[in-house]
Amino acid sequence: MSGATGTNATEAQSSQRTLLQMFLCALGVSVALFVVAGAAISAQAKPPIKVGFLVPLSGANAQNGRDILNGFLLYLEEIGYRAGGREIQLIVEDDEAIPAVGLTKARKLIERDQVHLMAGTLLSSTGYALAPYIDSMKIPMVYPVVSADDLTQRRRSPWIVRTGYTGSQPNHPFGEYAYHTLKLRKVTTIALDYAFGWESVGGFERTFVAEGGTIDQRIWAPVSVHDFAPYLASISRDVDAVYALFLGRTALQFMRQYEEYGLHGRVPLIGAGPTTDEHVLPAMGDEAIGTITALHYSGALDTPANKKFAATYRARYKKVPSYYAESMYTGGKWLIAGIEAAGGNVEDRAAFVQTLRAVKPMDLPRGPVEFDDYGNPIENVYIRRVERVNGELQNTVIHTFPRVSQFWKYNPADYLKQPLYSR
Amino acid sequence: MSIDLLSVIYLITQTLNGLFSAALLFLIASGLTLAFGVMRIVNIAHGSFYMLGVYVAWTVVTRTQSLLLGAIAAILVVGAIGFAMQRFFLRRFAADPLAQMMMTMGFALVFRDAALMVWGGDPFTLAYPRLLRGSVEVAEVVFPRYRLFVIVVAALVGAGLWMVNERTLIGARLRATVDDPEMASATGINVPLLSGLVFAVGAGLAAFGGVMGGPILGGYPGMDFDLLPLAFVVVIVGGMGSLKGALVGAIAVGMIDNFGKVLVPELSYFTLFAPMVLMLAIKPTGLYGRA
Repeated sequence: MSGATGTNATEAQSSQRTLLQMFLCALGVSVALFVVAGAAISAQAKPPIKVGFLVPLSGANAQNGRDILNGFLLYLEEIGYRAGGREIQLIVEDDEAIPAVGLTKARKLIERDQVHLMAGTLLSSTGYALAPYIDSMKIPMVYPVVSADDLTQRRRSPWIVRTGYTGSQPNHPFGEYAYHTLKLRKVTTIALDYAFGWESVGGFERTFVAEGGTIDQRIWAPVSVHDFAPYLASISRDVDAVYALFLGRTALQFMRQYEEYGLHGRVPLIGAGPTTDEHVLPAMGDEAIGTITALHYSGALDTPANKKFAATYRARYKKVPSYYAESMYTGGKWLIAGIEAAGGNVEDRAAFVQTLRAVKPMDLPRGPVEFDDYGNPIENVYIRRVERVNGELQNTVIHTFPRVSQFWKYNPADYLKQPLYSR
Repeated sequence: MSIDLLSVIYLITQTLNGLFSAALLFLIASGLTLAFGVMRIVNIAHGSFYMLGVYVAWTVVTRTQSLLLGAIAAILVVGAIGFAMQRFFLRRFAADPLAQMMMTMGFALVFRDAALMVWGGDPFTLAYPRLLRGSVEVAEVVFPRYRLFVIVVAALVGAGLWMVNERTLIGARLRATVDDPEMASATGINVPLLSGLVFAVGAGLAAFGGVMGGPILGGYPGMDFDLLPLAFVVVIVGGMGSLKGALVGAIAVGMIDNFGKVLVPELSYFTLFAPMVLMLAIKPTGLYGRA
């Protein structure tokens, strides 16, 4: 609007003044913003480190994903979201426990959000689906949980750092323990019919049979199983023990139905750690008592580091930490130790992966950990027995195998010549 | 013990297991088949009623320690949800089965996320009624007491439904509506109200099935689609809209599923769906369905 064409000069003048005021106002705001921004930049010389995080937060595995995330958040809160002189910015995506969705979300995190580092995921299937993409993008990624053996054996990735364990790792020592200490001779195994089940049972069977034990029946239940009746009715009552691998609701249902069919108290139950892990143990009843399992962690581990972690976790999330929760507390600690060791320089990604593989984070809840030459942790394996202490079920540690490698006592080269455990 | 005796015992135990599966399937499939018979609705959200039933019961059982109260609450709450769903949403698409089906699919996803938000994702089981703990042992056959109880309860529910359907006025109206909704409506039957009631009863039955399974199978995210495919097989084999079909279909599917898992575990899906495919090829209307 210009004053010359206006019929009323005062009106034009006043409108011009308003425009000027607006202009000045805008100038003032932008100057203020500039000053603030400048202050922020000078206070923090480097931009934040963006960490992309993938776990299932919806669907059947949502709670496991939530536990993993909670462990990470707990550690990030402890360090105030800062490491290596830089702010840590966490970007969380839900992979829905579907490999294709996980891949899409990983693309989003890496290509649109431009994250420096990645961490997460729960299922082995998603883990395998992501690996080629992560390798092609050359983004360092921490796998806290995915336990598929081959990720650190026959199909190693230069960019993926596993801080968890392999499915067979705790089960190699457990097979020997079952034979020599538990004095078992004949065992029936029942497990979920997929890679995790095969690798757990395979690891147990290998050492148990090598010591002289026999496997009576090998039962594979489809992952969709909910009623165990047909299997439980066909287990011979003459075996020394039943070895089980289940997790989440299948563990809960199995335990309940094992008692229903009169097996509890008659045939001892042993198994892989997840079967009685704290993610499902609080929902179980007395039917779980006495079950002996092997894992690289127990919520009841009696060390100062774990007691502190368990207490803080419980105070923050009102539940006992599961091995999923511990996985990304430790994974997070590992990642942050790497960032500190690299002096905050995550832009040199090749160097950062090397640093990440070399650091030895201290005071981990699960005990001392270091990497083997194949990128898998060498860590303690705990034999745990379910007991009720102060009214709560817990995995009391009854024996510790120190510094267990994914290859157990075997020579890695010979070990890798053998096929992957399968059904 | 001779081998023959062993295998007889084994056969009896596995047959009872099959009957337990059949009992749960019947509770779920009877509602599904009735809703289809009266409204021609393929209800994808029917598994959600099963799931919501056990979650609602969980809330009640943890406070009252009573499975009976939990079951009553589940039937009432989920029945009301079913009624509202039919009254306010599905009825608008009465002439369009595809739109109805898509809407029930949407509801299934909404219920699934809502349950995750309200109850969290940790699995749980309902407490056993104390009287039904342990197992019955008759001449070497060991069978859990609670499972026998569920089989008996489902049989009673089946008998009750049959009585209502065959011997009461409302049953006669129901059968008339299944046969010919337009004609039924012309004779003064309030078809929309009847449809709402049938849908609510079906939802309540599925919820009751969830509660009955609760002490053994528990509740967990994803259970809504656990038994739904089996329930569809039951309805297709038995004949859509037929209660008798649901009963026979449930027993057939329960047995086949159970024995299939034991005898040929690698083919457990094949043994389940092969009879359905055969049935569709030979008699597309199912055992007791009408064209």
